[in-house]
Amino acid sequence: MSLWSRIANVFRGDRVNRELEEEFETHIAEAVEEGRDAAEARRALGAPAQQLQECHDIRVIGWLDSLRADFVFGWRQLKRNKVTSIAAILSLALAIGACTSAFRLIDALLLRPLPVAHPEQLYVLSRKGMGFDNKLGEWDSWAYPNFRLMRTAAKGQAELIAISYTNRTDLTYKTDVEMEKANVQHVSGWIFSTLGIKAAAGRLFTENDDLKPGAEPYAVISYDYWNRRFGRDPQIIGRTFRFGDGVYETIVGVSEKKFTGTEPGVVVDIFTPTMMHNCVTRSDCTWVRTLVVMKPGVAIEPLRQKLAAVSHAFEANRLSGETGLSQETLHNVLNNQMLMTPAGTGASEMQGEYSRALAALAVLVFMVLLIACANVANLMTAQAAARAREMALRVSIGAGRWRLVQMVLAESALLGFLAAAGGALFAFWSAPFVVSMINPPDNPARLILPADWRVLAFGVVLTQAVVLLFGLLPALRTSSVKPVSVMKGGDDPHSRRRLMHGMIALQVAFCFVVLFVAGLFVTTFERLSNKPTGFSADRLLLLETTSKPAQSSIYWNEVAEHLRAVPGVERVSQAGFALLKGYGWNDSISVNGGPPSVDLAYFLSVSPGWLETMKIPLLAGRDFRDRDNRPDAAIVNETFARKFLNDEHPVGRIFEKASDDGGRERLEVIGVARDAYYSGIHGPMLPVVYIPFKAAPIDGQTFIVRTASSNPLALASTLRREVSRTRSEFRVSNVMTQLELNQAQTIRERLLATLAFFFGAVALLLAGVGLYGVLNYSVQQREREIGIRMALGAQVGDVVRPMIGGLCLSVMMGAGAGLALGLASTRYIESLLYQVKTTDADLLAIPCLMILATLCFAALPAIRRALRVDPVSMLRAE
Amino acid sequence: MAKTDSLQGSLDLLVLKILSRRPRLHGYAIMSAIADMSGDVLRAEEGSLYPALHRMEEAGWIRAEWIRKDTGRRARIYELTAAGKKQLAAEESRWQVVTSAVNRILRTV
Repeated sequence: MSLWSRIANVFRGDRVNRELEEEFETHIAEAVEEGRDAAEARRALGAPAQQLQECHDIRVIGWLDSLRADFVFGWRQLKRNKVTSIAAILSLALAIGACTSAFRLIDALLLRPLPVAHPEQLYVLSRKGMGFDNKLGEWDSWAYPNFRLMRTAAKGQAELIAISYTNRTDLTYKTDVEMEKANVQHVSGWIFSTLGIKAAAGRLFTENDDLKPGAEPYAVISYDYWNRRFGRDPQIIGRTFRFGDGVYETIVGVSEKKFTGTEPGVVVDIFTPTMMHNCVTRSDCTWVRTLVVMKPGVAIEPLRQKLAAVSHAFEANRLSGETGLSQETLHNVLNNQMLMTPAGTGASEMQGEYSRALAALAVLVFMVLLIACANVANLMTAQAAARAREMALRVSIGAGRWRLVQMVLAESALLGFLAAAGGALFAFWSAPFVVSMINPPDNPARLILPADWRVLAFGVVLTQAVVLLFGLLPALRTSSVKPVSVMKGGDDPHSRRRLMHGMIALQVAFCFVVLFVAGLFVTTFERLSNKPTGFSADRLLLLETTSKPAQSSIYWNEVAEHLRAVPGVERVSQAGFALLKGYGWNDSISVNGGPPSVDLAYFLSVSPGWLETMKIPLLAGRDFRDRDNRPDAAIVNETFARKFLNDEHPVGRIFEKASDDGGRERLEVIGVARDAYYSGIHGPMLPVVYIPFKAAPIDGQTFIVRTASSNPLALASTLRREVSRTRSEFRVSNVMTQLELNQAQTIRERLLATLAFFFGAVALLLAGVGLYGVLNYSVQQREREIGIRMALGAQVGDVVRPMIGGLCLSVMMGAGAGLALGLASTRYIESLLYQVKTTDADLLAIPCLMILATLCFAALPAIRRALRVDPVSMLRAE
Repeated sequence: MAKTDSLQGSLDLLVLKILSRRPRLHGYAIMSAIADMSGDVLRAEEGSLYPALHRMEEAGWIRAEWIRKDTGRRARIYELTAAGKKQLAAEESRWQVVTSAVNRILRTV
């Protein structure tokens, strides 16, 4: 109680003093009433100031009171230099906010443990080595029968959970017309009990819900979906929905709020048993991630070896029947190594794709923070210099060293906390903004970004560190002021300038790194997005269409014909899937009856005229024709012709498509098309074979529509309706533009380029402000000297040179350090770059030139100020 | 007559005792009461009264309140708290122990 009132009194010190004075006055008045002499009574009470102080000290906590006074004083100082204070606060706020934001993203994606019972016991299985496509890689997908064997083998030591990749699927709660999308994941029935997840409503799956293939049509929805889609309607239990492919499922429950799946970056809407997946009995279809929940005390390595042996036997058995594979591929695939990696933070594609990118950004952002800190430190140092006389005065009337440190630190802390508040706002907005930039068409990333104690703790620690970083040095320097030298008219200005120049070197070094790395990212993005895809995405609308049941080509063509009649449509063609959608279909090739090739070729079914719709030119031969009736016709791209046919008169050549199971399909080349990217633009050009649609019924195609208007999406709803109107069995499940797919190829690069460019600009700006501040300060310090020298007839160059010289040296040292740091850092970001040589002359020169230009720009006002020094008035002032 | 103002650390005890008998007194009245009740033998030094009062208030033994007197002047009056009553009892017994000890010495020597 008493402590609290003493703390409270700190903040109403004036009132405490007023009341004390009033009490003393009452005392005197009483004395006079009793007939005493007023002067005598006052004397008896003692010196009023001393009384007041004594009582005041009892009523308040001394150190807190002085701290309060320091903060009030610091606030006045900040208000006095409004412009510099605001600049410092804004730059720090930006830097702190960006750092916090980066932390939020990294934490949410990579560091935060899954909200499950024992995240530290979770592991994920993956394979590493040569793939079927004869390329090195790592895969975390498994065939379900293999999973079953491994689960049985691990019994007693660990529980294995199968979790499919999240699939964004069409489904409806009403009629086909009201199709909607949801993230669906197939999971083992025992996932919830094993991970310790409770139900928010209804019931969750058990092992009994996951026994018979195709016979367990139950769904558990996530709390997020329940809330978002149904407004937490308790009547949802027992409701039925239907997937686009016609399977009905009944919702049996809602999972706990905290659980959004095991894939950071994706929020699962609907969980359904693995038994409902149509690949569940197939050995040749890998579609589940395998999570291992270790029993306490079980060693990892023996279990890994056991599982690896089981998996190897399974694969060897499976592949023994595959005569379509080359011996080399078989050998390579069976030699894959099994890895067991901790998965306490979940396992997702986004983690793999973005962890390095986020780490790179975090480092950039941290450097920007250091630049901002150096700036503010210099600012405080300059201000401290301007206040040297005041400090000297304080020391000479008895202020202790620690008291001065406290005073300056209070000002820094005030600055820091204002900046932290601004930074919190910035982080609050910017982290979701960055996630929203990761937005492949129709499947934007969703990262749960809680602002909880982890983020708060990070923010507080960061702010503390920042305050110490930019506040402590100037504070210590201020406190070491020697009254004598100040009174003499200036202490040693060089030491202070050395500190500031050191800071400048630091700033330039970091600025160089940020600019250099930003340059790498921007160039990467430019190279990738300017890379010719080999086809034209201009005005192309893609209608992913399904039919239930599967329909023959005749009906598909009928739909296409109807679409051609819609006004505003120029051309319509069909393909199995769109280019750059990320899908692939590959098989080995056998030429002249030889063994299956190690390298794979990629296939795509297309309709006649597809090449022209995509504007892919034919280099030789002809396109498919409507009345060809030749299922063995094939059009190959240049890479295929070069790789498999040695480029010798490809048209008319015969080759075989060799399936894994030993089946061979004879194909004859009727045309050669120019190279176009198939599933992605990052890798090398793939050998591609275009073939006509088969006569057998097909359940899905993509209509590729070239529209007349420049905004193809304007036609989307008309065409969607038209497809179902033509034949009721057809339904458009997804509409997008080819341009969206092309842009989706470079999402990560665009994100990196945009953010790195932004932070590069910020770094440059901050460094410029820092340079300006330091130069301005050194002119201010030397005004007297300049005045005298000019009076004695010094030339402009003589005056400016010493000021600029030292600074240039530190800038050069900084740039050198930055160069070394930048070149060293490229090793870590190589995987994020594309066709960028870090030793490119212009990539190194541009940051140098930019820093140089900034230096000149920042130096101009200071030089002008130096030249404007009027010797007469300067000498008169002294 | 020479007045002794060396209360030897017993100021707290006196103030608490007086406030326990006659609650709601202001500073001057407390001082007068000490003088009156001791037959003008004891006199609290005016300069040390107020720091003592504020110290005891912060310690939670007494609480203060502003009242407006007939003269229109405001006065700060004090009264004992529950903690103050306990403190008074403790101080009183301590005083008894000390004085009886001192008396014993005076008698024997």
